[in-house]
Amino acid sequence: MTGAAVQAKLWYWQRISAMALAVCVVVHLALIVLAARGGLTAADILGRTRGNVGFAVFYAAFVIACTVHVPIGLRTIAQEWLGWRERASSVAALLVAASILVLGLRAVYAVVAA
Amino acid sequence: MESTLHVRVWRGAKQGRYVDYDVPRSASQTVLDVVTYIQRRLEPSLAYRFACRVGMCGSCAMTVNGVPRWTCRTHVEKVAQDGTLTIGPLAHLPVIRDLVTDMREFFDKWTRARGTFAGRATRHDDFVRVAPATPARVAADAGIECIGCGVCYAACDVVAWRPAFLGPAALNRAWTLVNDVRDDGQKERLRAVAGDAGCHACHTQGSCAERCPKRIAPTAGIAGLKRLAARAAMRGDL
Amino acid sequence: MSASLALHAHPSWWAFIVHRLSGLALALFLPLHFLALATALAGADALDGFLRYTDRPLVKLAEWGLVVLLALHLTGGIRLLLIEFGPWSGLRKDWIAATFGVGTVVGLVYALRLAA
Repeated sequence: MTGAAVQAKLWYWQRISAMALAVCVVVHLALIVLAARGGLTAADILGRTRGNVGFAVFYAAFVIACTVHVPIGLRTIAQEWLGWRERASSVAALLVAASILVLGLRAVYAVVAA
Repeated sequence: MESTLHVRVWRGAKQGRYVDYDVPRSASQTVLDVVTYIQRRLEPSLAYRFACRVGMCGSCAMTVNGVPRWTCRTHVEKVAQDGTLTIGPLAHLPVIRDLVTDMREFFDKWTRARGTFAGRATRHDDFVRVAPATPARVAADAGIECIGCGVCYAACDVVAWRPAFLGPAALNRAWTLVNDVRDDGQKERLRAVAGDAGCHACHTQGSCAERCPKRIAPTAGIAGLKRLAARAAMRGDL
Repeated sequence: MSASLALHAHPSWWAFIVHRLSGLALALFLPLHFLALATALAGADALDGFLRYTDRPLVKLAEWGLVVLLALHLTGGIRLLLIEFGPWSGLRKDWIAATFGVGTVVGLVYALRLAA
């Protein structure tokens, strides 16, 4: 696969994940605004999330979409504003992707599992 | 209207400085008139380009008060409200001297983007009938008036951030050919314009469309190329 | 001879810079967000302890800022999806206005909820 083909696919997947995130973010913003009243307590959060399978599925999907979307964006910024080359920026992007996936799913588990 | 214009003009090449000149104002004066006055009356060694001086050739493009423009079509009273003008060479191109840039890279990228027609018909074939109102022809027509002046290239930040980026003009030209039903080089062209040196590096800043004196929107063609190239890549055709 | 302010003084460029900077801020915030929520692994009290720690005005302001940035990034992102995948309709400056509008509305609503 040529460099251009890889980069074209990265563009494509970043836009697809953006479409998924558009839905996730609208839902998330609505939930946060509705749930927040003077701030959020553990009870506010966990009362809604504990044992909630639908919540788990939705937020796991949210995390996966972020895992695709965020690193591709950061890779571009690293190349254009930090002058990083293809190799360094792509490796960094993969590391960021791994971190988001692991930390994100861990966070979902933390608020869903008893 | 003050009778004298205070003009700062770039002298030198990559290293250099702005030099001040005072130019008498006149009615309907253009920035090209100002540069010409300086070279003929004040500083014979000033280097600059122009040809048609009526907005057809694109040779006189320069940076005027930080913005790339055709100097022959820019009225002084429009850009020098406070009686001062700063004139420099077009951005993102090597400076040969003073206001003259080396346009080779600009046109090389045109070639690299496969911005030339690749036909397949011979003298034995009938003419291809292209209805002007078809979506492809409308899309092509929206971009074919480009005269290669370099204003969009000078305006684009991605050109500054990515030296290999083909730029709005080259990509726009590629788009007009992608939409030309007579052209036979589509596969190679998509390969040439895809990726971080091509259409996928465009961030829709829109400075090209804002500054183009022919009111072409390279952003439109680049969006089209993004879709086509990505689809080809996903199919394994790139 | 470097790029000037005048060159960037148009809505589509502001839309770009807002989108990039908001994305960057959100990307930097995301791991912190995940780490914060994961304190619940040690029980509800652990999460509560952390949330009480964040109960100070500067943190609340940062949270509010992030919510606004998210709304801006979302709306600006939809504009880009329309430009890249939809029929060409110019630089969609109505959507730039909408980005500003949605950001303002979300900011106001969230501020009211925080102050409740």
